[in-house]
Amino acid sequence: MKIDWTRNETLVALVILGFCAAAAMSDPGFLSLATLTDLLRGGIVLGIFAVAALIVLISGGIDVSFTAVAAFTMYVTAMILNAALPWLPWWAALAFGMAVGAALGAFNGVLIAFFGLPTLIVTLGTMSIFRGTMLTFIGQKQITTLPPGMRDFGRMMLLRGENSDGSFYSLHGAFAVTVLVVVLTWAILHRTMLGRQIFAIGGSEESARRIGINVSRVQFFVYIYVGALAGLAGIIHASMARVANPFDLVGLELSVIAAVVLGGARLAGGHGTLTGTILGVALIVLVRNSLIVLGIPSTWQSVTIGCLILLGTGLPAWQAKRAAARAA
Amino acid sequence: MNEVPMLTRFTASTEGRLALIALAVFLVMALLSPDKFLSVQNLTSMAFQFPEFAILALAMTITMLTGGIDLSVVGIANMTAIVAALILTKLTGSGDGWAVLALALSVSVAVGVVAGLFNGILIATLGLPPILATLGSGLIFTGIAIAMTGGSAVMGFPPATAWIGNSTVLGIPTPLIVFALLALGISLLLTRTGFGIKLRMFGANPLAARYAAIDIDAMLLRVYMLSGALAAISGMVVMSRANSAKADYGSSYLLLAVLIAVLGGVNPYGGYGRVIGVVLAVLSMQFLSSGMNMLQVSNFARELIWGTLLILVMIMNTWRAKPRKA
Repeated sequence: MKIDWTRNETLVALVILGFCAAAAMSDPGFLSLATLTDLLRGGIVLGIFAVAALIVLISGGIDVSFTAVAAFTMYVTAMILNAALPWLPWWAALAFGMAVGAALGAFNGVLIAFFGLPTLIVTLGTMSIFRGTMLTFIGQKQITTLPPGMRDFGRMMLLRGENSDGSFYSLHGAFAVTVLVVVLTWAILHRTMLGRQIFAIGGSEESARRIGINVSRVQFFVYIYVGALAGLAGIIHASMARVANPFDLVGLELSVIAAVVLGGARLAGGHGTLTGTILGVALIVLVRNSLIVLGIPSTWQSVTIGCLILLGTGLPAWQAKRAAARAA
Repeated sequence: MNEVPMLTRFTASTEGRLALIALAVFLVMALLSPDKFLSVQNLTSMAFQFPEFAILALAMTITMLTGGIDLSVVGIANMTAIVAALILTKLTGSGDGWAVLALALSVSVAVGVVAGLFNGILIATLGLPPILATLGSGLIFTGIAIAMTGGSAVMGFPPATAWIGNSTVLGIPTPLIVFALLALGISLLLTRTGFGIKLRMFGANPLAARYAAIDIDAMLLRVYMLSGALAAISGMVVMSRANSAKADYGSSYLLLAVLIAVLGGVNPYGGYGRVIGVVLAVLSMQFLSSGMNMLQVSNFARELIWGTLLILVMIMNTWRAKPRKA
């Protein structure tokens, strides 16, 4: 296979390899099944969020409200299931969360698709609306007794075991859900007409409109889908943490968008791959979990992530600018 | 005879409608709790409160005029406040408090300008989209602030520090004077100088501005440096009022600054915006906020109301701007 050095994916993959090599050198214990399952676990919720953010970026928008949707969904779902539907099995609890998230996403969708408002402003606004509504009218206290469905889901493991040195490792069942989300999104993006239309709108909204794509309808779908994924991520987060904390998750949105952009998605829309997104998430999780292994204090974490964003988005932008200058 | 057309012309402009909104909010709040809202104490306390985020809104306005955005303003404000705070605490006792304060102020504004220059280079020279550039740099600035302090607050300033945020000059709160001077300055800059005209031209149509041989890179560098300097000044006001500096102060101000700029009629795609609109938007928000305080509405409900207001105003503005589809 020919390696394309100008692609973000290659760049990110190289950084990941370099990071792992450095970490393995400073701590030989880094290369273990326990580290791997830790990283995979860290990527579950972040991965679902990233897939959601990717779809929005491809369609030419930007969504900063998805963490608020997730927080709202996990809290409200835990509350409703506890109060009225405690007998729901785990898969129905997940579906319930997706429905709540989709409803909130539809709210974004109406404002963006039918009123034509800028996506950043709309989602900044709805972020504070969702969060404000939850904390004002619904509740501010943690829910420590989750409904049985979510509790069951929280206990599910794909594999678990013990290393030779006696440390435990386990892979949470939710990892399978993340894989499913990735596969489903890949199918939508690359095997359906809808996916083509999402790319087309991100490439040029006006051209898409002129070749007869119903732009509003596609945008509406995108924000509902993002809402549903965010809701799912929220439920999974609460199930894994075994508590629904209304102050969780919000604030994570920028790291997620950073991960996706690192993977090569463009803010201007029309470009982005799932491979890149997964690599971007892997890098962010790696930096968050393993900075200390490299001897860098955790207070420098946000500087590191900020630098990665600038590097990851700066190099392609600079290359594009040089290419444009050469062409002129 | 002339009254009706004048009134419609007045309400047809964003600023005119905004003036009515500000007036209406003021009257409603005054009617709801006349003895509290109209008290001298409340009016002065409002004048002390709003300049911190109003200055950030000015920074947001000038970047939005170019079709960009500066998401790093809060990061710059906190970072520069911590630099100033460290100078103030380290050098206190080595002489006159005022000299140290003057040094701290100038260093912090200089740091703000350098931070803005960094943004400008990313955006103008390297061609990064402003959202991403300032998102990344905002994380870096916040991260530096955390790394400098380990995440805790810096305290113990000489008494002179309180002057910026807590004193009055001739009975007028100092922060209000600072804001008024800055607003006036920015307004003159935008309307009376070549720089301001180029800036708005670029925002209205970047390609046309390029063909008009405007040195866009130099202009963008200056815009983001100015934005950084304004953020630093706002950081100083926050530091003085809180009598401490911390890496996560004012994190809610980012949304607020965007909200005020948009509410004030600044077009987030660039090209249109007036300082008077921003000032009116700031006043409406502050009246609303103080009024809600008096009616004992929680902080979270305030977040909800601001978000709703942002979206409602956007809907109102685009509905007017867009011709009805046949």
